[in-house]
Amino acid sequence: MDIRELQGYASFFMTIFLVVILYSYIIYLYRSEKKGEKDYEKYGNIALDDEIDSPPIERNPKNQSEKKELNK
Amino acid sequence: MKQIVILFVFLSIIFIEKDYNILDINNFWLRIKIINIIFYKGVCMQSHAALEYDYSVAKLFTYTTILFGFLGMLIGTLIAAQLAFPELNYLMGEYGTFSRLRPLHTNIVIYGFTVSGVFATFYYSAQRVLKVSMAESRFLMFVGKLQFVLYVILALAMVASLLMGFSSSKEYAEMEWPLDILTVLVWVLWGVAMFGLIGMRREKSLYISLWYFIACFLGVAMLYLFNNMEVPTYFASGGLGSVMHSVSMYAGTNDALVQWWWGHNAVAFVFTVPIIAMIYYFLPKESGQAIYSYKLSLLSFWGLMFVYLWAGSHHLLWSTVPDWMQSMGSVFSVVLILPSWGSAINMLLTMKGEWNQLTENPLIKFMVLASTFYMLSTLEGPIQAIKSVNAIAHFTDWIPGHVHDGVLGWVAFMVMASLFHMAPRMYKREIYSKKLMEAQFWLQITAVVLYFTSMWIAGITQGMMWRAVDEYGNLMYSFIDTVAVLNPYYTIRALAGVLYLTGFLMFAYNMYKTMTASRKLEAEPQFRSPMA
Ligand code: HEM
Repeated sequence: MDIRELQGYASFFMTIFLVVILYSYIIYLYRSEKKGEKDYEKYGNIALDDEIDSPPIERNPKNQSEKKELNK
Repeated sequence: MKQIVILFVFLSIIFIEKDYNILDINNFWLRIKIINIIFYKGVCMQSHAALEYDYSVAKLFTYTTILFGFLGMLIGTLIAAQLAFPELNYLMGEYGTFSRLRPLHTNIVIYGFTVSGVFATFYYSAQRVLKVSMAESRFLMFVGKLQFVLYVILALAMVASLLMGFSSSKEYAEMEWPLDILTVLVWVLWGVAMFGLIGMRREKSLYISLWYFIACFLGVAMLYLFNNMEVPTYFASGGLGSVMHSVSMYAGTNDALVQWWWGHNAVAFVFTVPIIAMIYYFLPKESGQAIYSYKLSLLSFWGLMFVYLWAGSHHLLWSTVPDWMQSMGSVFSVVLILPSWGSAINMLLTMKGEWNQLTENPLIKFMVLASTFYMLSTLEGPIQAIKSVNAIAHFTDWIPGHVHDGVLGWVAFMVMASLFHMAPRMYKREIYSKKLMEAQFWLQITAVVLYFTSMWIAGITQGMMWRAVDEYGNLMYSFIDTVAVLNPYYTIRALAGVLYLTGFLMFAYNMYKTMTASRKLEAEPQFRSPMA
């Protein structure tokens, strides 16, 4: 088997591997929402409610000014 | 001056330590964090109360989008006319020939117009979805402005050098090596601004648009570097020839492969990914409807990332690259329909129950049409990537036809619609004229249809004529026969160019009037953009 053929097989199996990962991700997305562990759809509101003083959909605990405010 | 010193300190802390491994993500983030804290504590804290989004950088890039859009499409119209009326090649000596102007057209519309639009919309929307203002960090503001200044210098140098005939002759990578270095600098600055803003964010989750902007940043960074590995001949040869000249580090088939790995991903990461970023933000915001399915947006994102990178070899079908690689390019191109249509359908379904807006708001019309054209070109592309179809389509006018239903109908429409949406928020004035916008829409849509239909017919005619053989296997037509047959279609395309360019001028005028003369707004509109 020369290098070209090897490359071909490597590419093929890599593709299969990544397809499996991608499909597992999709299943994970839908399953975790079904079980109520996650709610992905709420993130769609990030674009709609995007004023600087409107409350974040999910607060970022690492934000400096947020920290300050929480400590007050 | 102080800020320049700070910038260099910043970059050196992050990147220039002897044993520092860039792949060590934790280490990288730690450094970004340290810098952020220094800036936060040191120079950047401003009062929380009067905080507003700061659009100064977004505005700057808005101006260059309009400027380069006009220039690029003017040249596009000129070269289209040259193909129909060859005498037009001799207007300006060597500087006016098709061969000089074609790369100028592509580079200006891609790196001048589209990329400016990407930066403008990024600096506008990233602040909003992260809920953090550029005004909160003087450092990031400085980075953004520096990026703009360097970008303008780069763009002018690009125009001048291509006009003078300096070109590395690789499509979409024509810029010569000194400009490549400047490109890297501009891109890194964008990255600093991007990850800087992300580091400061109040919103924990990154909105889907940002994923796409990040992908644009990373994809271009990686592939641009790979493809532009080149040896400046002047230095390598000890002083022979032009300082500007370089040769690729790859040779022959390998060079072609790397070139189209990049070339196709210029389409992916400049014409697709950041434009999806735009539509995912601007369509929901303008219509007041959240994305139809956020999960679908996530999985089409990963689908697109996974597949797009490997479709580039469809530019090299029937060439000397290994057979399996050609087949892979074909297969991946066909599979690409799925994630592309995933995003497009998601956008269309976002309008579910609100289709009346299509008749009421011309901006929605622009965006919905853009996603429809996205669907059209992502169906057409895979068809052209099928080996047997490609045997007819390759080298013909069908290819520019395909390119332009994408770029005119999808990219330019989305860029213009985004800027229209941003204008009332950035300038606190309503959009100058709804009527003008409607007229522009119909004019440009006519232009797009004329462009791609004429090129479909021209391309397929051309492909068939090139292959036609008589009963003895002799070719039936010589090249000039095809040229004569295609002339009417070239004329139609030139007309399409004039129409589209006129529409773009209407857009520019409408934007200019919005900035300067339109009625002032008291409050920022929440969803639908106000227009007179
Ligand atoms: C007024 C509008 C425009 C006109 C009349 C026009 C015209 C042309 C012409 C005549 C060509 C050369 C085709 C050939 O060599 O046979 C071309 C190529 C190209 N144009 Fe445009 N163009 C326009 C707008 C745009 C815009 C807005 C973009 C991108 C945002 C764009 C991207 C490209 C690209 C990527 C190519 C190279 C296609 C290839 O290599 O197959 N054009 N254009």
